[in-house]
Amino acid sequence: MGNVLAFCEFQSGALRTSALANLTFARQAAKLHGGDVVILLAGPGAAAAAAAAARFAPKVVTVEDPGLEHYLAETYAPVVASVAKDQGATVVTATATAIGKDLMPRVAALLDAGMASDVSKIEAADTFVRPILAGNAYSTVQIGTPTIVVTPRQSEFEAAAELGTEGAVTSAPAGAVNALGAAFERLDAQKSDRPDLGDAKVVVSGGRGMKTGENFKVLEELADLLGAAMGASRAATDAGMVPADWQVGQTGKIVAPNLYFAVAISGAIQHLAGMKGSKTIVAINKNKDEPIFQVADYGLVADWEKAIPELITEIRKLKASR
Amino acid sequence: MKILVPVKRVPDPTQKAKIKDGHIDLTGASWIVNTFDEYAVETALRLLENGADNKRVDGGEIIVVTLGPEDAAKELRTCLAMGADRAIHVVTTDAEIDSRIVVGVLASIIAAEKPDLVIMGKQAVDGDANQVGQMLAGKLGWPQATFAASIELAADKQSLLVGREVDGGVEYKRVPVPAVVTVDLRIVAPRAVKNGVTPETHNYSGEGARLPSLKGIMAAKKKPMATGKLADHGAEAKPAIRELSVTLPPPRPPGQLVPDVPTLVKKLADEAKAL
Repeated sequence: MGNVLAFCEFQSGALRTSALANLTFARQAAKLHGGDVVILLAGPGAAAAAAAAARFAPKVVTVEDPGLEHYLAETYAPVVASVAKDQGATVVTATATAIGKDLMPRVAALLDAGMASDVSKIEAADTFVRPILAGNAYSTVQIGTPTIVVTPRQSEFEAAAELGTEGAVTSAPAGAVNALGAAFERLDAQKSDRPDLGDAKVVVSGGRGMKTGENFKVLEELADLLGAAMGASRAATDAGMVPADWQVGQTGKIVAPNLYFAVAISGAIQHLAGMKGSKTIVAINKNKDEPIFQVADYGLVADWEKAIPELITEIRKLKASR
Repeated sequence: MKILVPVKRVPDPTQKAKIKDGHIDLTGASWIVNTFDEYAVETALRLLENGADNKRVDGGEIIVVTLGPEDAAKELRTCLAMGADRAIHVVTTDAEIDSRIVVGVLASIIAAEKPDLVIMGKQAVDGDANQVGQMLAGKLGWPQATFAASIELAADKQSLLVGREVDGGVEYKRVPVPAVVTVDLRIVAPRAVKNGVTPETHNYSGEGARLPSLKGIMAAKKKPMATGKLADHGAEAKPAIRELSVTLPPPRPPGQLVPDVPTLVKKLADEAKAL
């Protein structure tokens, strides 16, 4: 039995939305492990984000060091492992984001811990449920190591609410930071005002049937009308129509928004794996035999070229009437 | 350059998942090389050849390794037929191992073989765990570059510039060799792998990993395959991770077709309360 160390990503003095799912999981794990949630903030700005983090857990540990300027698994994993040991953590957790997935198995190796990835539920202190086979089945696994590393799936855990109390904040030294020769060179990022795919309540997603990247503009107009994030099938991203990080699917992002529009997407198993947790799914496709219609709550057999502009008009009318 | 490519055989993902006695029923399943691992073999081949004529450039060697039952030798032969040079088969079953044991066995093989690079798929499409590459790098104390969508080998062959697919874009990370690299879907794009030998203008097909040629299949039969067991690599069949049971998710209630956009919007607003 012990504490739960929750590695949380942060930005501009606040926890990232993705980290709030981790905290919900961490609280459930802490109850089962008879311990407390300890938040770990590492890297530049950690101290500045500590006050906000302290509203979510009884304890916050910050670690800052020039060697941690850019996230690298090589430098961050030893920090997580050493804080986990210092804090008597029997569970070490981070949301299954790109960073969480890159970092936490390395942490598990340093702690000689068993790991449960992309978890949807915790059933007991050592027992977790996780999707397998592109989400076509759920596996219940039991982990027998003294320390367990877990990455909860963001779409399966509600964002944690503040506790109403202020936790204690301490700082810890990074120790010897060794990047093992690895170096961050640059990030080619898309600057966007839209919500992150993982956080969005509405997602508008396009597939191969959109034909060109230019055609996605009308989907983007729909997305902006709804305050939605943009997504895409693998076919559309592979073809270079849209950026790769728009890909929704087994090997792209897993999303579960309130509303998911699948436009000109056939509905291959691998794509469904990424979005079938959505509350309401709308499929718009000119081919009535596409598998996407099997999973959609509402299906419209129509050409996107006519249907999407009409959809934009109708939604504007609806909003104006309210 | 010596490249080790761990590969896993997985049930063909187009088959429907069946449950028997609370576990996945694999009787009669057909098996394939995990897609991402196939892409890893392809990546290794592209790193060591001139893409214009597919001829190996320097000495270089690609070793594929798998932990799996006897039948998994077939998947190793497929990789040899693609162009890998030799194979190591550690005969065991999924019930006997977990990711920690796999990492231990790979580390032992790596200590013996001393490769410059370990390249593997980012995840197996059955377990979807996405752990082994990173765990292996942590255990070895090697740098790691995961979710690689592009690789550029430095002229002195002492480092790689890896384009990694992360949330919000592509991160470029430089890692020295030896390193562990896990590959993502787009590593097989036409110009994703650059080794300084293949002409800049050369485009691979972008369709995926190369299909073994008949010549490759014949040659594979003669390529060396070393067969052993867990104990040969200091490992025991004592997994710490046990699968207790597997269930199928509840089916979604059937949906409805709508005749036009106005009806769709009305239903989304009134029925689904989604607008």
